[in-house]
Amino acid sequence: MSTSAPRAFTIDRNDGRPVLPGNLHINRLLSQWLDFSHPGVVRVFTGKVELGQGILTALSIIAADELDVALDQIGMVSATTLEGPDEGMTSSSISVQDSGSAIRHACAEVRYLALQRAAQAHQLDILSLRVNKGRFKSAEGQDLGDYWHWLQDLNLMREYEGLSRPKPYGELTLHGRGKVPRVDLPDKILGRPRFIHDLRLPGMRHGRILRAPAAEAQLTNAQHPVPTALRDRWSASGVQCVLDGRFIGIVAESNLAADSALGELREAVQWTVPAALPDMHQLADFLRTAANEVTYPIQQGELLHAGDGVSLACDYLKPYLAHASIGLSCALAQWDGTTLQVWTHSQGIQNLRDDLTKALGLPKTAIVMRHVEGSGCYGHNGADDVAFDAVVLAMALPGDPVRVVWSRADELSHAPLGSAHLVSLRARLNDKGHITHWHHELWANGYSSRPGRAALPTLLGASQRANGQPIPLAINPPLAAGGGSDRNAVPAYNIEHTHVVNHRLTVMPLRTSAMRALGAYANVFAIESFMDELAHASGQDPVEFRRRHMTDARSLAVLNAVVERSTWWHLPREEGVGHGVAWARYKNTSAWCAVLARVQAGETLRVLQLDVAVDVGRVVDLDGVINQTEGGALQGMSWTLKEAVHFDRQQVTTQSWVDYPTLRFSEVPVVTVHVLDQPDQPSLGAGESVQGPVAAALGNALFDALGVRVRQLPLSQDHILQAVNESA
Amino acid sequence: MIRINSQPIQSSLPDKTPLLNLLRDELGLAGAKLGCGEGECGACMVLVDGRPQTSCNLPLWAVKDHDITTLEGLGSVERPHALQEAFMAENAGQCGYCLSGILVSASALLQHSPRPTRDEICAALDKHLCRCGAHERIIRAVQRAAQALAG
Repeated sequence: MSTSAPRAFTIDRNDGRPVLPGNLHINRLLSQWLDFSHPGVVRVFTGKVELGQGILTALSIIAADELDVALDQIGMVSATTLEGPDEGMTSSSISVQDSGSAIRHACAEVRYLALQRAAQAHQLDILSLRVNKGRFKSAEGQDLGDYWHWLQDLNLMREYEGLSRPKPYGELTLHGRGKVPRVDLPDKILGRPRFIHDLRLPGMRHGRILRAPAAEAQLTNAQHPVPTALRDRWSASGVQCVLDGRFIGIVAESNLAADSALGELREAVQWTVPAALPDMHQLADFLRTAANEVTYPIQQGELLHAGDGVSLACDYLKPYLAHASIGLSCALAQWDGTTLQVWTHSQGIQNLRDDLTKALGLPKTAIVMRHVEGSGCYGHNGADDVAFDAVVLAMALPGDPVRVVWSRADELSHAPLGSAHLVSLRARLNDKGHITHWHHELWANGYSSRPGRAALPTLLGASQRANGQPIPLAINPPLAAGGGSDRNAVPAYNIEHTHVVNHRLTVMPLRTSAMRALGAYANVFAIESFMDELAHASGQDPVEFRRRHMTDARSLAVLNAVVERSTWWHLPREEGVGHGVAWARYKNTSAWCAVLARVQAGETLRVLQLDVAVDVGRVVDLDGVINQTEGGALQGMSWTLKEAVHFDRQQVTTQSWVDYPTLRFSEVPVVTVHVLDQPDQPSLGAGESVQGPVAAALGNALFDALGVRVRQLPLSQDHILQAVNESA
Repeated sequence: MIRINSQPIQSSLPDKTPLLNLLRDELGLAGAKLGCGEGECGACMVLVDGRPQTSCNLPLWAVKDHDITTLEGLGSVERPHALQEAFMAENAGQCGYCLSGILVSASALLQHSPRPTRDEICAALDKHLCRCGAHERIIRAVQRAAQALAG
């Protein structure tokens, strides 16, 4: 049995080897990134996966620009364990930095190697050669062959040496310009099979899982949970039942038969469910009093004690949120007695394989993983869990590929959730209206239970098998990797005395893990709401109040840009209309983002406009950045106005889209995105900078419209009315 | 008999089988998607006699002798529908899982209302959930297709 050491959140660059750019450092061979063995096609390998964020398009732009080949000559090969680099997870908005940087440098090196051979053969100066669509030309226009010719007998299984620097920005023709067609979208628009849900393997059978209703639910009749009569009837119709502890699955010949058997199973199996969950109506009390472990992300200067010259103190609460992917979690697996093959839409096939080795006792070399696109996941949803489900069923039925798909109810109630999160803020202003003391205390579960990072597997099904161990507590990535519940908890303002206290819960009644932006969403909502409250309390303009506390030019630039470019911010408000502002620098080390919101507060809260400015450094795919920012803003708006996972004392009761409404077309405001051009600065991820600022901008606009501060998310009709009543 | 994308189809599946199972499992049409099985998300939208209906909760008996159009029936890879052209031109989507259903509903809208306003587009697509937040560019793409069809 081979075990896998837990994977870290960041690359160890102090491992004694020369430091190489991005993920080249841990995948040092050129052959791990590029292949020219198919004439006319550059195969570009990445360990990152398409989640709908457009990463394959961005990476193909990088490769095409560096090599001077056409976009349609690039064939992106996404994560598999059969070839290409191991890049761990696709998460945290670092793919362009880590994978993109590796591909850019690998391409620069291969370009140099190929040109060098051409130049030597023709006795020309390498600098005089030009490349167009992969073909080489001399200064006089003489055709000198192409990449595929010059590289055919060059073994790329060689370490990157840094023979040539990547091109300067001015020589890149696709970067940051116009609208490059997405690599993956045409298939999806034309109805060609592309999603994992569309994958059909010969002899494929169909699996379903009857999930225990809660982590601590037990089978009422553990000896014979599935009635013999039912199993006899099934075996006559080709339905097999796989039973292992509290893990109950069935495999049938068709989707229809599998759905029908699952319905019968649900009727037949009895569960005993203890009342182990907190009272969702007393969420703040639960978070504040639950067992926890304390860390101090910053301890600078004097501590501001409650009641000791505090100018303002407020609490902000975020509920549990669901990833709520539109597509259902789905996976295929096949076991031939020696090799396990898995098709998955996991964000991290390597991490998932590590956990499979832990749960199954198989060596890594016996497991082949292939990523196949799923729908957007927005973090750690059921993708990994369903892969394990498929593996268990496939190993019980050697030979046949088994496809498992979850139900909508599973998706909303059994996938990991984004943690509930309480922030308690207090501050002191001096007589000039400047903040001198700041105290931020937060309570939340950890924001990561992803596979591969703990000694035990974090897969739901593994915890439910007879020999299963409880799922390890969710942890927080270290601050060096952006932090977890403390992501963006340290205010990005010039405040002399600043303290942040992070309580990570050491109980986990509801399973939590990574959801887009992690703790940044709740922390930025709290901080930027509180900044607004402080500005109002001291009679200062909210924009000017932020400006006077800012510490760097790019923060100021992004805030100024969104205000100056807005067509409505400076206009007088009509009755019931409110304006709000907020900003943040994601992780305090990544992309800058500022948001203006314009809302109409009447019978319901209607969002009229969202203006967003972002600085993501050098832009690779301009339309991709805009798409991620627009989408992030609208998803953030959906979380902020509508979303909360509901549960009673026994189990999650959010089971359908009716229970978990998300943003609809009729609620969509006009979204305007301004991308600040910073071609000389390193690229920063664009996917997660906007959600926190959107939340606070909406809360601040609501206050501007109604004069009432809502500090409990979502900003629903109920919470608005509650705040109105409390202020009256 | 059911006509699917103008082809007569005989199915031996039980009458209560959802239309989506026939489309995906029997006919191998990848366009319509399963998202909830309860007609709540719109990923499985098809046209029944030109009107958008969710196919995940639509039994076969209800569509006997009716005309069904799926995404595959709107246009082909060689000759895409104006909406498909426009969605590709606008990069209108992120993960794309919702797009098949949205394209189907938008095609019905443009049939009845060749120059829809933003509000009309939003109303026609209101049954469709898009979790990625691609709404803005989807609206732009429908407007672009309307212009292309009008021009």
